[in-house]
Amino acid sequence: MSDLTHLTIADAEKGLDRGDFTSVELTKAHLAAMAKHKDLNAYITETPDQALAMAEQSDKRRAGKQAGLLEGIPLAIKDLFCTEGVQTTAGSHILEGFKPPYESTVTANLWKQGAVMLGKVNLDEFAMGSSNMTSYYGAVKNPWKRSGDAKDLVPGGSSGGSAAAVSACIAMGATGTDTGGSIRQPAAFCGIVGIKPTYGRCSRFGIVAFASSLDQAGPMTRTVKDAAIMLKAMAGHDPKDSTSTPGPTPDFTKAVGQSIKGLRVGVPKEYKPDGLSSEIMAAWDKGLAWLKEAGAEVVEVSLPHTKYALATYYIVAPAEASSNLARYDGVRFGLRVPGNSLDEMYMKTRAEGFGREVRRRILIGTYVLSAGYYDAYYAKAQKLRTLIAGDFKQAFQKADVLLTPTAPTPAFAIGENLDDPITMYLNDVFTIPTSLAGLPGLSLPAGLSSDGLPLGLQLIGRPFDEEAVFKAAAVMEQAAMFKRWEAC
Amino acid sequence: MSLDKATVQKIAYLARIEVREDELEPLAKELSGILHWVEQLAEVDTDGVPPMTSVSAEMALPMRADVVTDGGYAELVLQNGPETTNGFFLVPKVVE
Repeated sequence: MSDLTHLTIADAEKGLDRGDFTSVELTKAHLAAMAKHKDLNAYITETPDQALAMAEQSDKRRAGKQAGLLEGIPLAIKDLFCTEGVQTTAGSHILEGFKPPYESTVTANLWKQGAVMLGKVNLDEFAMGSSNMTSYYGAVKNPWKRSGDAKDLVPGGSSGGSAAAVSACIAMGATGTDTGGSIRQPAAFCGIVGIKPTYGRCSRFGIVAFASSLDQAGPMTRTVKDAAIMLKAMAGHDPKDSTSTPGPTPDFTKAVGQSIKGLRVGVPKEYKPDGLSSEIMAAWDKGLAWLKEAGAEVVEVSLPHTKYALATYYIVAPAEASSNLARYDGVRFGLRVPGNSLDEMYMKTRAEGFGREVRRRILIGTYVLSAGYYDAYYAKAQKLRTLIAGDFKQAFQKADVLLTPTAPTPAFAIGENLDDPITMYLNDVFTIPTSLAGLPGLSLPAGLSSDGLPLGLQLIGRPFDEEAVFKAAAVMEQAAMFKRWEAC
Repeated sequence: MSLDKATVQKIAYLARIEVREDELEPLAKELSGILHWVEQLAEVDTDGVPPMTSVSAEMALPMRADVVTDGGYAELVLQNGPETTNGFFLVPKVVE
C-alpha cells in the first residue's frame, strides 16, 4: 500500500519492524493528512512538534530492539484525557486553556508502549451528547456522506472527533470514552470499530469525570485486531483508581482469529422496537447469519427491563455529573468570570462556562439528588439498575455473547435532532443498558445503508470476557468485508 | 413532577449556575419534560430490590497502606489557577 495513513496498526508494526518506513515518516504522513482534513474539525489541539519528537524517540527505541506494543503508532487522544502540559478542554469553555500538570493513566500506558500523540480530538462538551454538536469548539463533520448528497452529517458522540479522525485516516487509532454509548455510537456512525470494555478494565485516573459509575475508556480503530492491540496497551490495574480491576489483562489479540464453533449468540427480543428501520434489521440478520455460518448457535434471550434503561440512565448519569462537575468553580482552573461575592463569581463562571446540554444535565442531577426527591428518583433508578444488570446475568446463562444493533439509525445531518433532548437521547437506546450493567460492548461496521452510510452492530459480553466479543467480532469483520478506507 | 419558575431558580442556585429571568420559563418546561419522561420508572415494582451502588460489587476493593505517597507540588497545583498569590488561590472576599 502506497499511502502510509491507510495501514492498519498491525500492518504498520510489521512495516516499521521490517524497516520499510520509520515512525517519523508515518507520523509526518499523518500530520500532512491532518492538514488536508482540517474541515472535519476533528482536532481541538494538534501537537505536531510533540508528535515528531515522540516518533524520533520511538525510532531510536526500535533500533535498540525495545519496541512496545504500539511502537511508533500515531494516535489521536480524546480531549477528555489529561495530557501533561497539553491543553485539555473536555470540549468545554470552562476548561479552555487548562494544561494538566499530570498524565492520565491510560495515555501514560499508551506512551509506555511507544505510541505517538498527534493531538487532542473533539467531543461533545464533557462527553454529554450523541452528535458532537454540543462541543464549545464546534461540531465535527462525519467523513462519510450520503450518496449523492453533499449535506454534512454528524460523526456521532461523544467521541465524535476520535471516530472521524480514525475513519478519515488522520489517526491510526484513537482513545474514546463511553458513559452511555460514546465509543460505540460514533464508531457505528463513522464505519469503524470501537469497544467499551468492562467497567474496571481501564483506569479512570486523569479522565475528566462525567458519571463515575459508568465512565470507561476504550480504543477506536479501523479493525478488530487493532482494537485488541490498543486495548491491551490501555488496560490494567492502577492503584490510583480503586475501581480498576486487579486481575491480569489478557492478550486480547489472541482471541482474534479463533474459532467460534459452538459459541452461543443471544438475540434480545426486546431490542426490536416498533419503527426500527428495516435496514438495521437486515444488517442484524446478516450479522447473525455470518456467525451461524462460522459455527455459532443463535438463541433468543430476554432483557425485560430494557425499556426502562434510558430513563434510569437519565437519572443516574446527570446525578453523578452534577456532583462531578461541582469542581468547576472558577477557583482552581479554567474560566473565571468576576463577581462581587464568592457565590456570584461561582454562578457567573458556571453560567458562562457550561453549554446548554451540560447545564440541563447538571440541573436535572441537582434536582433528583435534592432533599425530598432523592428516593423518588435517584434511589428508584439505582434499583432499576439492579434489575437491568440482573436481566443480563440471566441472559448470559443461555448465551456467551449478545448481538444487537449499535444505534437505531445511521448518521444524521448536523443540526438535526436538536429540538427535543429526548429524541437525541434515543440514539443510545441499544448501548445504555450495557453501560448500566458495566459490560463490555463492541461496535463494528456491518455494511452500508441504501444511501451509502455505515451501519454498526454491537456485540455484548460477560463482565471481563472481552475475548469472546473479540472472537465473534473478528469473524463478522471477515464476513462483512467493509471498505474501511472509503472515507480516507 | 412539573417544575415552576421558582423551583428552577432554586435548583439553579443549588447548582450555582446563574440563569437569566427570561430563561426560567422555557427551562422549567424543558426540565419538566425530562422529569415526566423518567417518571415512567414508577410503574416498575421495585419493592425489595436492593439499589445498585457499585458496578464492581463482585470485585473486592484493593486495600493499601494509609500513608502519604505523593505530593509537594504546590506550584504545579496552582499553575492553572485564574488568580493566585503567595501559594494561595484567590477568591472574592468572604469574611467582612
